[in-house]
Amino acid sequence: MRVLKKVVSVMTASAMAMSLLAGCGGAKASSDTFKIGSIGPATGGGAAYGLAVKNAIQLAVDEINEAGGISGKQVEYKFEDDELNAEKSVNAYNTLKDWGMQFLIGSVTSACSIAVSDKTKQDNMFQLTPSGSAEDCTKYENVFRVCFSDPNQGLKSADYIADNNLGTKIGVIYDSSDVYSSGIYQKFAEEAAVKGLEIVSAEAFNADNKTDFSVQIQKAKDGGADLIFLPIYYTEASLILQQAARDGYAPKFFGCDGLDGLTAVENFDASLAEGVMLLTPFAADATDDLTVKFVTSYKEKFGETPNQFAADAYDAVYAIKASIEKEGITPDMKVSDICDKMKTAMTEIEVAGLTGTITWDASGEPNKEPKGVIIENGAYKSME
Amino acid sequence: MSFLTYFINGLSLGSIYAIIALGYTMVYGIAKMLNFAHGDFIMVGCYVIFTIVATMGLPPVAGIVVAIILCTLLGVTTEKVAYKPLRNAGSPLAVLITAIGVSYLLQNAALLIFGADTKAFTPVITWQGIVLADGALKIQGVTIITIVVSVLILVCLQTFINKTKAGQAMLAVAEDKGAASLMGIDVNKTISLTFAIGSALAAIAGALMCSAYPSLTPYTGAMPGIKAFVAAVLGGIGSIPGAMIGGLILGIIEILGKTYVSSQLSDAIVFGILVVVLLVKPTGILGKNIQEKV
Amino acid sequence: MKAGRFSKKELTTYAIVVAAYIICEILMLTGIMSSHMKGLLVPICYYAIVAVGLNLCVGILGELSLGHAGFMCVGAYSSALFSYVTESAIPTAPRFIIALVIGVVMAALAGFLIGIPVLRLKGDYLAIVTLAFGEIIKNIFNAIYLGTDSTGLHFSLKDMASMGMEPGGKIIINGAQGITGTPSDSNFTIAIVILLVSLFVVQNLVSSRDGRAIMAIRDNRIAAESNGINITKYKMLAFTISAAIAGASGVLFAHNISSLTATSQYFGYNASIMFLVYVVLGGIGNIRGSMIAAVILYMLPELLRGLSDYRMLIYSVVLIVMMLVNWSPKAREFREKHLSFLKIKKEAK
Repeated sequence: MRVLKKVVSVMTASAMAMSLLAGCGGAKASSDTFKIGSIGPATGGGAAYGLAVKNAIQLAVDEINEAGGISGKQVEYKFEDDELNAEKSVNAYNTLKDWGMQFLIGSVTSACSIAVSDKTKQDNMFQLTPSGSAEDCTKYENVFRVCFSDPNQGLKSADYIADNNLGTKIGVIYDSSDVYSSGIYQKFAEEAAVKGLEIVSAEAFNADNKTDFSVQIQKAKDGGADLIFLPIYYTEASLILQQAARDGYAPKFFGCDGLDGLTAVENFDASLAEGVMLLTPFAADATDDLTVKFVTSYKEKFGETPNQFAADAYDAVYAIKASIEKEGITPDMKVSDICDKMKTAMTEIEVAGLTGTITWDASGEPNKEPKGVIIENGAYKSME
Repeated sequence: MSFLTYFINGLSLGSIYAIIALGYTMVYGIAKMLNFAHGDFIMVGCYVIFTIVATMGLPPVAGIVVAIILCTLLGVTTEKVAYKPLRNAGSPLAVLITAIGVSYLLQNAALLIFGADTKAFTPVITWQGIVLADGALKIQGVTIITIVVSVLILVCLQTFINKTKAGQAMLAVAEDKGAASLMGIDVNKTISLTFAIGSALAAIAGALMCSAYPSLTPYTGAMPGIKAFVAAVLGGIGSIPGAMIGGLILGIIEILGKTYVSSQLSDAIVFGILVVVLLVKPTGILGKNIQEKV
Repeated sequence: MKAGRFSKKELTTYAIVVAAYIICEILMLTGIMSSHMKGLLVPICYYAIVAVGLNLCVGILGELSLGHAGFMCVGAYSSALFSYVTESAIPTAPRFIIALVIGVVMAALAGFLIGIPVLRLKGDYLAIVTLAFGEIIKNIFNAIYLGTDSTGLHFSLKDMASMGMEPGGKIIINGAQGITGTPSDSNFTIAIVILLVSLFVVQNLVSSRDGRAIMAIRDNRIAAESNGINITKYKMLAFTISAAIAGASGVLFAHNISSLTATSQYFGYNASIMFLVYVVLGGIGNIRGSMIAAVILYMLPELLRGLSDYRMLIYSVVLIVMMLVNWSPKAREFREKHLSFLKIKKEAK
């Protein structure tokens, strides 16, 4: 009996080994197309973010290819799932490397992006993360990002609240198990002290406990908070708004780019989000041509309203396109040479994208301005 | 007064754990298997209700009825296909692992069908609840209804198990499958029935859970499933009133721990108390002590 | 059946590992192996190691643990902390060895301390308490803030601000963001060596007098006790060793990817359950089987990458089917009857 099992196991194992080897032989960049790869969570808890990036890049690549490609060359695109797991993210990176990837847009989340950046550093592969916002994501010179860094968002939020006198007693609800959320909160707390904002309650939740927010809301209420700062994603925010409304508590709510997507939650009672303010570089309701076109074709193709992850990823593709054109990069160059050229090109280009007009400095940080928006009648309205 | 507010919040959360734990403990106590996919049955029930109520615009009652029917079918089918062949596999762990496989399967199927985006569930309970002490205290409608429904289910289950033939058969199967079948009890049928009831309860629990916390993703059921398991163990495995008490206590501890100790360490507190309770009373709050025999 | 000190079965296990190592090395040297596969080698090893360790607890000791990811977490954090702090002070090889020792010792200590209360319980109650301890460990590591500045070490379980650090101080553990920048000291050779050592420890334990005592406890506790076997001692021994091996796996984990965070994907109950899947699929008590199952199950979703959207769905179906085929009495009977010609020799157990 056992023997049979072993025979089966060995056969399976060898079949696997064969299939692995079959696909190898080292990637050659001899083809005549640019190869862009991307990594993010397509299954598991972070799937909403990863799939948004996956779809938006697909959209951008299709547009570019239809319009004749980059410098006359077509673009190939492949997305790999990392299940929100840094180790799987590295596996995904290696898979893409075997495929012959020349540009990496990813990983979508911070911890994954940091783990992958160690490998791209070794290979000198160009990496542009659309949404890896932790400070350490861009510590290597080959890594750039499209989104704001967490400290930057925390800083800007505190400044914005203080400068516009939105509130003096602040309650914070953040996700202590999330790099993005705790990163923003840390800097926010520092800057709030400088600006004279009083944080009356700072209560955490975590990935395993993100449905009941009664304690966090009650503590803010008990502390007399007139503004609640939410450096979190829209899924949890929708629950917080709903539970606060149920308790009859109506402070101002202020969030970062993670709140974008709130009004697009299917079947969500948009009246709950009325008056919520957020600092975001992208608003799906904006009326400029680029955003309207992007949002319409995204909805048409994928049946969902794009969020800021999608917008950042879309801009990432156009940043790569601009850099390629700037430096005259061709698909037959070595990955490492492309990366070296990209490093200089990225600091020279200016991309008028969905998330604003962006330039980059050599540290990999984008320079763009977040817009303060307020939700009115279910739509975003600029606060300026 | 503020303690009372937090206590009531704890009760709200606990009532949700309790109603999930009731379904969980049915399967767990009688079929003696940890159905890791129970939380995902709840998720399926929620998506069914969501589709019928929010997408098709039918009344919530229709949604709940269809969800109960579909979840029952799903539960019975799963048992037949994935669990029954392994009932005599030699180790109870085999079926546990298959249950994990079923859990992955349901989550990923839901991901493909409904997408990863959060859906806002339309609460099936619209009653706002009652306000006490001049508005300082508020008990939500969904909490009251959940507790009432839980008690109803509890009474029905106890009556069913203790007073009917089928219920007695369940107890016999739980005690000793072999002896039960020798006494002329159809073990397969009894276990199927157990799964049917457990899964129907999952649909009801889902409707109430998503009314209290109206956000729905393919992973909505996973964590409450584990919490319900914890509640069932805390209350004493196989004890139906124990599951209910365990659920309520778990919810209250969680909220009070978050409030008075630390919101960062809330899990550590909940599980820490679980450990202490089980060390003091190793078979849970209402569990029976079984003397080991040689 | 004994070949010197080792049984034939044990030797075969070592031989399989060494052969796999040699094949992989040859494939790497000749450049045939893809980078994807190369990247999988170390993770495969540490999951095989933790599966071997867990099998000692589940299969040999007979106690269901759902908290082994917690021990892995202890090993990972303690060793990563050491390596991170001493990265510039100590050269790579001795640093990694010390880190490994620290990780294993800390995990063993955690296993010992947790084992004292846990092993008094039985069955599902024991399982749930190990799950509880695993979650407690994960939750605490998630809340730790640790940093240094000119005034010394700062520590907090709340947030960064409450550490009261001077500006410019160095943060070592940053709460949920964990430890970033652990040197990548793991490699395939080290991982294989640790796997072999773990196998050696477990297999030797199993075939020793102590091992027989442990299995006697598993099979009939009361009978074992009445034969004068010290139940507590042997249970603690097996549980502590099992935790220590999980800790070794954690050390490899922490030194393989540079961002270490205590999130559920790596150290939650989900991960513990995944390890249990390796053990059960490979055969409870079958050390070699759990190692092979870990390899297959870890590689499976990677090999299914070509299916893109349907990958995890297919994976779950394959998992269910494999369980049914491997464990169902009917399927076993069918194989006995119709596939008996595949039986090359009689089982040597």
